[in-house]
Amino acid sequence: MPDALDCELLVIGGGSTGAGVAWDAALRGLQVILVDRSDLATGTTGRFHGLLHSGARYVVRDPAGARDCARENAVLRRVAAPALEDTGGLFVTTPLDDVEYSNHFLAACPAAEVPVEEIPPAEALRREPRLNPAIRRAFSVRDASVDSWKLVWACAGGARELGARILPYHPVLALLRDGSRVTGARLRDLRGDRELEVRAECVVNAGGAWGGRIAGLAGLHVGVRPGKGVMVAVNHRLAGAVVNRCHLTGDGDIVVPSHSVSIIGTTDTAVEDPDDVEPTAAEVAAMLDAGDALLPGLSRARALRVWGGARPLLPRAEGPGIDHRAISRSHSVIRHSQVDGMAGLVTIVGGKLTTFRLMAEDTVDAVCQELGTDRRCATAETPIPVDGPHGHHRLSHRAEAFEHRLERSDGTDPLVCECEMVPRSELLAAARTHPGSDLDDLRRLLRIGMGPCQGGFCTFRTAAILHEAGLLDATRAVSVLLSFVEERWKGQRSVLWGQQLRQSHLDEWIFQGSLDLEHLPETSAPQSTRAQEPLPNGRDPLGRPLGTATAQDDRIASPPGPEPEP
Amino acid sequence: MSARVDPMGSSDHLESGAALVRSSLDACIKCTICESACPFAVATPLFPGPKTVGPQAERFRSGLSSADWSVDYCSGCGICSRVCPQGVRIAEINAQARARLKERTGIPLRDQLLARPDVMGRLGQPVAPLFNRAVETPAVRTIMERTLGIHRSAAIPRVSPRTFQSWSRRHPPAPGPDRVVYFHGCSVNHFEPRLGRMVVAVLEHQGLRVDVPEQGCCGLPLQSNGNFPAARRYLTRLAHRLAAAADVSVIASSTSCGLMLKREGREILGVDDPALADVSRRTWDIFEFLRDLHERGLLRTDLQPVDLCVAYHAPCQQQNHLMGKPAIDILSLVPGLRIIELERDCCGVAGTYGLKREKHDISMSVGEDLFHDIRGLEPDAVLCDSETCRWQIAKATGYPVVHPVEILHRAYSGGGRPPRARG
Repeated sequence: MPDALDCELLVIGGGSTGAGVAWDAALRGLQVILVDRSDLATGTTGRFHGLLHSGARYVVRDPAGARDCARENAVLRRVAAPALEDTGGLFVTTPLDDVEYSNHFLAACPAAEVPVEEIPPAEALRREPRLNPAIRRAFSVRDASVDSWKLVWACAGGARELGARILPYHPVLALLRDGSRVTGARLRDLRGDRELEVRAECVVNAGGAWGGRIAGLAGLHVGVRPGKGVMVAVNHRLAGAVVNRCHLTGDGDIVVPSHSVSIIGTTDTAVEDPDDVEPTAAEVAAMLDAGDALLPGLSRARALRVWGGARPLLPRAEGPGIDHRAISRSHSVIRHSQVDGMAGLVTIVGGKLTTFRLMAEDTVDAVCQELGTDRRCATAETPIPVDGPHGHHRLSHRAEAFEHRLERSDGTDPLVCECEMVPRSELLAAARTHPGSDLDDLRRLLRIGMGPCQGGFCTFRTAAILHEAGLLDATRAVSVLLSFVEERWKGQRSVLWGQQLRQSHLDEWIFQGSLDLEHLPETSAPQSTRAQEPLPNGRDPLGRPLGTATAQDDRIASPPGPEPEP
Repeated sequence: MSARVDPMGSSDHLESGAALVRSSLDACIKCTICESACPFAVATPLFPGPKTVGPQAERFRSGLSSADWSVDYCSGCGICSRVCPQGVRIAEINAQARARLKERTGIPLRDQLLARPDVMGRLGQPVAPLFNRAVETPAVRTIMERTLGIHRSAAIPRVSPRTFQSWSRRHPPAPGPDRVVYFHGCSVNHFEPRLGRMVVAVLEHQGLRVDVPEQGCCGLPLQSNGNFPAARRYLTRLAHRLAAAADVSVIASSTSCGLMLKREGREILGVDDPALADVSRRTWDIFEFLRDLHERGLLRTDLQPVDLCVAYHAPCQQQNHLMGKPAIDILSLVPGLRIIELERDCCGVAGTYGLKREKHDISMSVGEDLFHDIRGLEPDAVLCDSETCRWQIAKATGYPVVHPVEILHRAYSGGGRPPRARG
């Protein structure tokens, strides 16, 4: 008999939507449990470019969506300031773009309540010297950069403070049903290796791109069409503001400053499986080339890593010939009691991170109707408890903190991750407040391993420090080390040329040459991604033809090492 | 008709000068070779190292928002850029970062003064004996340290009562058909006019007519103290003065100021001026020029024996010319002269860095290995191409430290009394 928990509202999906629903519902006094199959914000929310829309991108095509964005942008600047960097944004008309569109664009902004100001191209170039010097028009808007992880943790943390339970690494195995009513879910606790049941008066399906699958567990059909978007991070900020091409939208037409990197996005292709978003080399190349129209030389900048995300699109009509980009980014709340006669289940799909608060408000309104209660939404006025200094995030925060430590310390708090300036004290504090974290969890908390060396220098230090502090036993230290290296490797594979290729060689020498990573004692010998997954050119990371790699050598002959811990 | 426009945009404006320096941070693979080579990072915990404040911290800077003062503890010696196997322009990135820091925080009076040696020279000249006695008086130096922040033990040069310019104006030019322009810099003009006269004598000995146009500061001390706007003005004015004589080689005896003309002005300050580009192409370090003459068989080799044992220190800025050690190549031609090459990187002074109260001890600690080697060798003299390094080494060791051209001058003048330049 599995363990059982009871609540008023079970939220499935720990992305921005689910966390926003949990925060909203908790503020309205509901007892909430939030579950995710993995860590929070590791699906679509954690795999986007970090743009907080001004709304300008949608003014011509989707004025209602644009208005939502503009309003929510203003709200989030108030209630989630530390999760945002007020970068501002520019829309520029490059020689490839139709000037006629910029007229429509400028005319449509006031109607959609999107603040916009035309500035002379020379002023735009003064602000952003890397912009295409041939731009013909430039518009300043209120785009911003948002740290979606911080935002989601803050919502979840705030909900927890109000009594909610947050259960990451708890995939849903089945929805519990009582006739035509959903009454909860059966979950697997991945870290506790057990099953448990959550009984709820209402269930919210906030699975996003995975929402079709969740609904399917109740035998319902929700026509989510995951839209794959590819993003590339380059080594340093090429522009301090968000820069957009002023046109109807296309691939690689937006560059977002996010912490220490610039992220170029994106593409949009329909995929069947939201987990199938691995970028192809062709997608990456096409996007970087397109980016040159915006920021010349972008295609030659050092690309650090590439990833894909799945948009939770809900086509109004399904069928061949649908232009996926034309599908509205507005969201839909589905009360299944009204649509399918299945009570106790509300699905939220569509939308975008910028409007997550509004989506949550609409969803919890529907939940209250399901529960027959009338409770007012408070999220537009209540600050989300985002971790961080007062005011908006600034790029220089890390460097400032480093300087302050330098001033007062005697060198006892060295940087563990040099690229992202993470000191030992911060690593230990984060690991202690998040027990059971693996390196990837710590990466999202601290950005460890996200800089140019992609974990080459910090990964082994992190594992060793955590082991030394008694926070990871030897077996787990080795296994999290290996899995982290594999993950980082996956993110780099499609951008391995030039400077990043040199970096990966140095990293490889550190991991294989100095540390003999794959023969560390007492590992259960995880399969090497490097040996298994060839580079597109049929060579392994060191350029050897496939089949000659020695990574899979006989592990029985491990070099002598320390005795395993009991 | 409008010019043809490349719709994908040109990135030419990013492929040169200051922009190229910054984008070189992308080549950093964190190998840490620069941090191992940096003489200042080991001398003080206040400087976390060239990689840390350079390509690493640069990713966290945008506009003027950075608050990292530790970059001010970079001396700008340039060793990091020289040892970087990936071509990251680390010292140049740091110089630019410091300028942005100073733009935000302002530049203290002390640094404004130290950054203008020509002003100091002009002020001190009319009262040279008084000035020189004052800066050698401990009580005065204590006051200077307390009020201005100039360390009481730092080497401060003696001001000459007569400038090199005033000498050269009355010095009749040699009749030679081939001309060169001598860029003497502030130091020769105000503090070491004797060195300038030797440079002129050596060049005239090669049959060259030496022009000494009116000049001024190259802006290097302003650059290293973070005042880029003033440094750009100084450098541009100088470049226009030196460019007046077209197609003539410009010879510098101050190795660091010569480097300013050659490349730092364009790469660090981002001065994009045709006169500077023109002068850059024809600027030579004095020994680089003499070596070139020698390689073309044009250097006079009527060198008399000089029976001395000298220790040669190649200063950081000389090494940043990436021209080898031409002073050794040429002085090796002098009979009887024994040259010992000192194999230490930096004397620690780095222009005005070692003069500052909060940095003097760091500076002396950086130079200690060099000073130790010199004391152990007990040479007759120490040779060094850079003036501030000469003053620092002389102060720290008590040995005479001279520009290598003095030895060459002595060899040309029969090993005995140096010939006086005509006039």
